[in-house]
Amino acid sequence: MCEEVSPDVVEQDQVNKILTAVVQGMNPSEGSNDVRLAATRALYNALSFAQANFSNDMERDYIMKVVCEATLSPEVKIRQAAFECLVSISSSYYDKLAPYMQDIFNITAKAVREDEEPVALQAIEFWSSICDEEIDIIDEYGGDFTGDSDIPCFYFIKQALPALVPMLLETLLKQEEDQDQDEGAWNLAMAGGTCLGLVARTVGDDIVPLVMPFIEENITKPDWRQREGATYAFGSILEGPSPNKLTPLVNVALNFMLTALTNDPNSHVKDTTAWTLGRIFEFLHGSTIDTPIITQANCQQIITVLLQSMKDAPNVAEKACGALYFLAQGYEDIGQTSPLTPYFQEIVQSLLSVTHREDAGESRLRTAAYETLNEVVRCCTDETAPMVLQLVPVIMMELHKNLEAHNLSSDERQKQNELQGLLCGCLQVIIQKLGSSDQTKYGFMQYADQIMNLFLRVFACRSATVHEEAMLAIGALAYATGPDFAKYMPEFYKYLEMGLQNFEEYQVCAVTVGVVGDICRALEEKVLPWCDGIMTQLLKDLSSNQLHRSVKPPIFSCFGDIALAIGDNFEKYLMYAMPMLQSAAELSAHTSNADDELVEYTNLLRNGILEAYSGIFQGFKNSPKTQLLIPYAPHIVQFLDLIYLEKDMDDVVMKTAIGVLGDLADTLGSNAGSLIQQSLSSKDFLNECLSSDDHLIQESAEWTKLAISRAISI
Amino acid sequence: MAPHEIRRPFKRPAISDQQKRRELSLQRQAQNRTEAQQQARRLASSILSFPNQNSEPQPFESIDLVPEPIVEEPETETDAGDISEIDIRQAARLKGFEARRWFASQLMLPEWMIDVPDRLSEDWYVFARPAGKRCFIVSSNGTTVSRLRNGSLLHRFPSALPNGARTKEGSRSAQSYCILDCIFHELDQTYYVIDMVCWAGISFYECTAEFRFFWMNSKLVESGACEAPSTYHRYRFSLIPVYNCDHEGLQIAYTGAVPYVKDGLLFYNKHAHYQTGNTPLVLVWKDETCSQYVIDTDNKGQVPNQQQVVLELQDNGQLVTSDDPPVVLGCLNATFIQETGLHSGNLVRFAVNDGGLTFVDGKLEKADLHYVGKVHRARAFADSYSKIVFQYMARHSPLRIEHLFASIGTVSEHESNEVEMVG
Repeated sequence: MCEEVSPDVVEQDQVNKILTAVVQGMNPSEGSNDVRLAATRALYNALSFAQANFSNDMERDYIMKVVCEATLSPEVKIRQAAFECLVSISSSYYDKLAPYMQDIFNITAKAVREDEEPVALQAIEFWSSICDEEIDIIDEYGGDFTGDSDIPCFYFIKQALPALVPMLLETLLKQEEDQDQDEGAWNLAMAGGTCLGLVARTVGDDIVPLVMPFIEENITKPDWRQREGATYAFGSILEGPSPNKLTPLVNVALNFMLTALTNDPNSHVKDTTAWTLGRIFEFLHGSTIDTPIITQANCQQIITVLLQSMKDAPNVAEKACGALYFLAQGYEDIGQTSPLTPYFQEIVQSLLSVTHREDAGESRLRTAAYETLNEVVRCCTDETAPMVLQLVPVIMMELHKNLEAHNLSSDERQKQNELQGLLCGCLQVIIQKLGSSDQTKYGFMQYADQIMNLFLRVFACRSATVHEEAMLAIGALAYATGPDFAKYMPEFYKYLEMGLQNFEEYQVCAVTVGVVGDICRALEEKVLPWCDGIMTQLLKDLSSNQLHRSVKPPIFSCFGDIALAIGDNFEKYLMYAMPMLQSAAELSAHTSNADDELVEYTNLLRNGILEAYSGIFQGFKNSPKTQLLIPYAPHIVQFLDLIYLEKDMDDVVMKTAIGVLGDLADTLGSNAGSLIQQSLSSKDFLNECLSSDDHLIQESAEWTKLAISRAISI
Repeated sequence: MAPHEIRRPFKRPAISDQQKRRELSLQRQAQNRTEAQQQARRLASSILSFPNQNSEPQPFESIDLVPEPIVEEPETETDAGDISEIDIRQAARLKGFEARRWFASQLMLPEWMIDVPDRLSEDWYVFARPAGKRCFIVSSNGTTVSRLRNGSLLHRFPSALPNGARTKEGSRSAQSYCILDCIFHELDQTYYVIDMVCWAGISFYECTAEFRFFWMNSKLVESGACEAPSTYHRYRFSLIPVYNCDHEGLQIAYTGAVPYVKDGLLFYNKHAHYQTGNTPLVLVWKDETCSQYVIDTDNKGQVPNQQQVVLELQDNGQLVTSDDPPVVLGCLNATFIQETGLHSGNLVRFAVNDGGLTFVDGKLEKADLHYVGKVHRARAFADSYSKIVFQYMARHSPLRIEHLFASIGTVSEHESNEVEMVG
């Protein structure tokens, strides 16, 4: 071997050797099934390295031929492994598939209809995976073909539609008796229906005429499988096609569905019917839909049926809760008067009754009921806000009762923790809702002390998920109470610190960082006594390799929150915070060769850094200590220039970045005059922002222009 | 590599509610952060770009020449959406009516007390309001400017406020400026400071009244603004004694001697932030003992026989108050509107007829109104609901000082009345 060969070449050389060996092993001429199976699985693992080979027509043809042949092997395990390879190829090499699609269709159709379930499931998955690819590509097109996307869409699904849809519809009738009660179930009917839903999202309106005859033929049949399959087909195609296409059909079907949900003797049919109603409300009900499907005439009936179904078997009740969730969601921005107002009390009562059902632990029913309650609260209006206020002591009492339970088995303790999470989540939603307007906030504040006390008791129980929910709720509480939150700090602080130290559950850490921001805005300068501890933890978090990277941008933003709250008292943290910001800024200035995900993260990071700078400058405004910031200014301006040149800022970063320039000018004044004048940011970047379509960017830019003109004029 | 997981979510929403809660929290936090930062920026630019010397002098129009007997007509929010949205730099370009409207919307405006709030003695301050012109004082760039509620310039002068005069030691940064909420008292040519919005560039918008008053007290004295006039300090500023609204505090505010002419009592909720526009957390109340101007006068300073109300005409012919949401007091039919040449948005004056105002369950049900005429265009707003009701009550069954005392209860024995602020 030549010593000078680059590693890349060696690697490709090795890939070639492996592939050659593997493909030989898969060849039908290979006598041993064990060898063929091992070779097929090996190919599966090698596929992701085979870029070069898939770009070579001859090699690709050969690999595809071998894989397709393996799907016809008499050995079921080999067929399954071969289909797994096809699924993997469909996502890794979508753009290379065109010549093989006809053959693959024939192979998969045969497998779906005739083969054993594990093989048939993989064959369906192949089509689901193609849908995933095409949905992504079409999304990127943004509706019209601009040719911007790296990979063109080949519209395989659209072309296969006339044959693909009947194949999937057949699978819908192959349900298992009790699949709805089995959390782990995954069978042909489930996979087929899921795939049908993806196909609908891929092709839109075109699917409707292909599915409607199946629904019409089967939905009234005596055999439950036919009724369920027809309903499932209908529910599956509700996302994708246009509301114009679907609304007339739904208007006809709605009444039928409501009757079926009440009267159908089969629980499986009722489950799917309730789920379908939920999908109807999710996709065809809301302020963006022109023709409402819920009217004064049918609103009462819908609610009556749903509330009734919430007393049905747990799996049916859970779907009914879900339908109610989307029903409420559709009235999210209804304004003053919601059609739900007359039923509000009854809905809340029914949901609370569900949470108390003996069997609410099954089918995730209790969770669904609380989640629906949350959505109902979020969508309440001025008219129903007083009823939400009445809910506060009710939920508090539930939480209190929960906390009173002692000497529990580990199983019971887990259930206790889960319920705490749900109750804290519900309180959080209520606090956020009532705290968002002065009128409702006033009434709520009478409970603030007691609620805080309950949250502290929840913390004392210590469980990660609960911790997070209670933490989220406390953020909302701090926002609602404002400066009065100071009285809770002595007791709460240790839990805040614990949250900031929770590296392992980074969500908890991230949520806690957000709560620090809430507290800073609530307490303003009164947060000062706690800042040494908070800053120490935040700096430790930033230096940790253990902490998930997604938490770092919010930590930087949090520096800004603290500085804005405590003003030039931030002085003592400058020597720690500034170097960290500076090195993060250097890292995030360039994104060359980064993939989309990294560019997105980089922009989050930049935004965090810039928000920190903004907060610090604003905090030091008019302080005699302003000059402490002067040494950092050149680097900051340089950072702004660099990211401007990089041309990959998103709108949020652009807005924050141009604002930082204004804050710098505003705070440093003439001290930064020449620095600003020499910068690219104060010219090209500022002008670009001034003429931006995004009014938030424009607003920031106008402010910056004003601040700069003042700084320069002095 | 593990085989591809082919089990997909089945009959489940794609987003968990917990995730939704997290995201909504983050959204709220981001929103709050943006607002906090914008507020800080807006303050700085507002003063500096508002036109003053260059714009044509705003004539004092009739409504302002009346010795401003009535405290304020609140801002109207009804169609002010477009106004309140605009940025300060745009406000600089506003003229006349729009400028008045914009400027007026920067002040916190009390509602009239039509019933006694709960926890008066615990949560409220009280002080005697000086009679005079409500104005904004802005000191910046070495000068001090006072502007009336309608945006017109009252005085431009040097003052001892931070950055309020070009003095030798005036080396403060340009960003250092103050905004004070004052009443100019003609007799002793003094600005009585009733609130502090911004001091040396620091915003007090988001601070409670308790905190603002505390700072106002210490900072104003420190600055020397309360001293007698001199070359670099043309007008004196003065603090007003503010009391906890317990029995004794209310008594002192109501009857105690002050160096100025009283015009009613102002009540501030201790926890209220400085909220621009109409707020029920600041209340004004008056009777003959503490004010010369209990009942509205007309342009000639006479009390009309019938109560006058000013309402805004809407598209649909409804007559509404300036509240948000507006309260409908009546309706004009299309023929009448046409005959009188009125347009939507016009402010129209009515007299309250013998039928008076009828209340059901404490809510206004109907009003017997008689058309008087259009209102002078200098007027920016209709009357507020609380003003109309207070005026009506003043003529029929006023809310008396005894009612206020009664709601406080007896003098608390353990709590001596502490004078919070001294002028």
